Amino acid sequence: MQLLHLMILLPFLFVVFIPFLYRRFNSQLHTGWFVLFIPLILLLYLVTFIPKVSNGNTIFVSMPWIPSYHIDFTIHMDGLSLLFGLLIAGIGTLVVLYSIYYLSKQREALHNFYVYLLLFMGAMMGLVFSDNIFVLYVFWEMTSISSFLLIAYWYERDKSRYGAQKSMLITIFGGLAMLAGLIMLSMISDTYSIREMVSGNRVTAFTSHDLFIPAMILILVGAFTKSAQFPFSIWLPDAMEAPTPISAYLHSATMVKAGIYLVARLTPVFGGAYEWFWLVTGVGLVTLLYGSINAVRQTDLKALLAYSTISQLGLIMSLLGLGSAALYYGLGDEAAVYAIAVFAAIFHLVNHSTFKGCLFMVVGIIDHETGTRDIRRLGGLMHFMPISFTLTIIGGFAMAGLPPFNGFLSKEMFFAAVINVIKMDFVYNNFIGTLIPVLAWIASAFTFVYCMILIFKTFKGKNKVPKVEKPIHEAPMGMLIPPLILGLLVILIFMFPNVLSAYILQPAWSGVLPELAEKGKLQIEISAWHGLNTELWMTIGVIVVGTILYLTLRKWYRVYLIYPEAATLNRLYDNALKIMELFSRRITDRYMTGYIRDYLVYIFVFIVVMVGGSLWLFDGFVYTPSMDAPVNIYEVSLVIAMVISALTVLLSKSRMTAVISVGALGFFVSFFFVLFRAPDLALTQLVVETVTTVLFLLCFYHLPQFKKEMSHLRFKVSNALISIAVGIVVTSVALSANGTRLFPSISSYYEDAYVLAGAKNVVNAILVDFRGIDTMLEILVLTIAGLGVYILIKLRLSGRGRDKNEEAK
Amino acid sequence: MIKGMLICSLFFLTFSIFAIIYRLVKGPSAPDRIQALDALGINIISGVAIFSVLLGNTGFFEFILLIGILSFIGTIAFARYIERGVVIERKHSE
Repeated sequence: MQLLHLMILLPFLFVVFIPFLYRRFNSQLHTGWFVLFIPLILLLYLVTFIPKVSNGNTIFVSMPWIPSYHIDFTIHMDGLSLLFGLLIAGIGTLVVLYSIYYLSKQREALHNFYVYLLLFMGAMMGLVFSDNIFVLYVFWEMTSISSFLLIAYWYERDKSRYGAQKSMLITIFGGLAMLAGLIMLSMISDTYSIREMVSGNRVTAFTSHDLFIPAMILILVGAFTKSAQFPFSIWLPDAMEAPTPISAYLHSATMVKAGIYLVARLTPVFGGAYEWFWLVTGVGLVTLLYGSINAVRQTDLKALLAYSTISQLGLIMSLLGLGSAALYYGLGDEAAVYAIAVFAAIFHLVNHSTFKGCLFMVVGIIDHETGTRDIRRLGGLMHFMPISFTLTIIGGFAMAGLPPFNGFLSKEMFFAAVINVIKMDFVYNNFIGTLIPVLAWIASAFTFVYCMILIFKTFKGKNKVPKVEKPIHEAPMGMLIPPLILGLLVILIFMFPNVLSAYILQPAWSGVLPELAEKGKLQIEISAWHGLNTELWMTIGVIVVGTILYLTLRKWYRVYLIYPEAATLNRLYDNALKIMELFSRRITDRYMTGYIRDYLVYIFVFIVVMVGGSLWLFDGFVYTPSMDAPVNIYEVSLVIAMVISALTVLLSKSRMTAVISVGALGFFVSFFFVLFRAPDLALTQLVVETVTTVLFLLCFYHLPQFKKEMSHLRFKVSNALISIAVGIVVTSVALSANGTRLFPSISSYYEDAYVLAGAKNVVNAILVDFRGIDTMLEILVLTIAGLGVYILIKLRLSGRGRDKNEEAK
Repeated sequence: MIKGMLICSLFFLTFSIFAIIYRLVKGPSAPDRIQALDALGINIISGVAIFSVLLGNTGFFEFILLIGILSFIGTIAFARYIERGVVIERKHSE
């Protein structure tokens, strides 16, 4: 246990105190103020690592958790995890500050909110710093669960519960797939430590392993579901039912980037394989396009931002995919060209966290101050909320990729990366490969359109005050501070990108591509102006086309109406759930009939199939007549008599006949014991038989008077077949068992009973001496049966109650 | 000589048992069957006795006594059931 461990566990430890603080202090002070210190402490503590990590050092500390399985709580801090840690702690601080002003002290269950939030924060911290894959998985699932709790924070709303359930199902599905993938990965690499998987020459050895592709796909499913990639992106828009601070924190800045983190983290393991390149790049691009096109049609501001998050995550994901090509080229100079894509991904990740956090908070402010998030009801807010307007412009333009905001830089790098990809030798002259820049460009144009919608439809145009419930005014200062800080960061990153790059982005980059970093190939200078090159023309094209599209939005908006609602992914998800539920209910209804008869049929058929089947398959049936004892005439005639009385039981028309025949059968069985020289058995059998017969007669009295089934047993062909089959199987098993004796019986030992136990009766000596425990337990069984019968007869509570009710009637 | 006689009597006993079974299966009414069951017990008594002599074993004599008692009890139980509809009557004080 070291200070770093304590840092990760700090949110979890503090969670314990929140309810007490809430109960004690909430009437005077918003609980959020106590919580605020936790992310702040984390942030300040993590900042102290920046100089160390930016010099290329990594920190590695371990704490045993389950040592016998080599599962240790290992923390590995390199550039990548430090970057994520700073994002989590930094935006976490701002979000807590924002939530203090956003959530009402009187109306909301604040202790729940901050408990869930801190759980999430701790889980996310653990996720990015864990080196052991299983610890990573534990934290991964904790983020899913805490996200579930946070989405359903207003649990009395239907939509919140729906969104929470949906995100839970999808992310847990992905998480489980990822667990399988991680286990496969540990089998391939023979280690649980990501650091060890990445280091050394193991990478090349992996690709030839059979499990390489399955592990890759399963892990990617996990990453894609968490990061809302196509087609698993559907949970994110529904997760917008969460309070806005949560949307800003989880569903834009941190949790949805867990998948990105995982992909980046495992790039050294899987990168360089074609499948990885195409899967990550392809899915990323499709998500980018899907998100940006869908964002344009949204009328709810948060839904718009959700789809834009999906789209931006797709952008980052595709950049990571493109960057993985660097590993395909090994360590050559070409690799460095493609490695820039990874840098762009990391850069955009930071940028996105800043501007998207800012935008979500502004949307929260609008919602808070006007009471609606619907674009159609908003407009002309510019004069009422100038600061929010400025912040929206900053965030929106950054998202659209315009100067002078940080989005411009990463968008330019994105274009550079997609243009570079055409030169790649396995993409060259490939139709899909050349499609990549085109798709990226189209998606960027749509991005521009929805950014403009966000800014201008909300703040410009006619003032629709009558439609708005409250008198509009600017938000309190405390609510504005967090987005202001983020907005300031957006501009600062544009102004001084190289400071950020040198201290944070470069180390993170070398965390993704450690081998290239060792060779010193990863050096980059970000500049806002780098000549009139293709990227700049592409950006200008985006602006021109985007502006035209925005201005003519009303004319082509009908295009969206062509696409049928029934073919959306959400509908598919809903229908799939419904059909699965219906299908499983039908199947269950079908075989769980409620009749013991049917269940017995299953059991007997199972016995016949399993026992008979294995007898037949493995040639288990053996019959050796030499083992048989000689058969004499009494036994034969006794068997005939028994068969006749057994058949009489089956074919009898009245219960009485059946009981009498059972009695006769019992007599014959005891006679058999005589023939086989077992006097004790014969005695017991006879007594038990008589008692049973008398009990049967007792039962007769209690049978209901009406509907007495004096009819012939309903004959069913299937039942007859099954019973015959069971008889044949059991008989053949008995014959085979008799035919194959593996070792002689141990009964000769008991023949010395007189010497050993002082008993002449061997059977009784075995029962009470050699194996007395069995007898004791049999006595117990009889006692329990007797007590049970007594209780059943005496303790008829419900029956008595019913009788009284009937009397009352 | 004695063994031949014993086997011979066993043969007749078997024949009688089968005749009883015929009555047991066929017996038009329950009392017929109960009579058959009772007779079956008695036949088994003699069968076991002959076997004991054949085997030269006295271990089954208790069995003979027991079967006599139980066959009696069983028959009484059946008879009571047919006569009164119950085997064990409750007190009417309830």
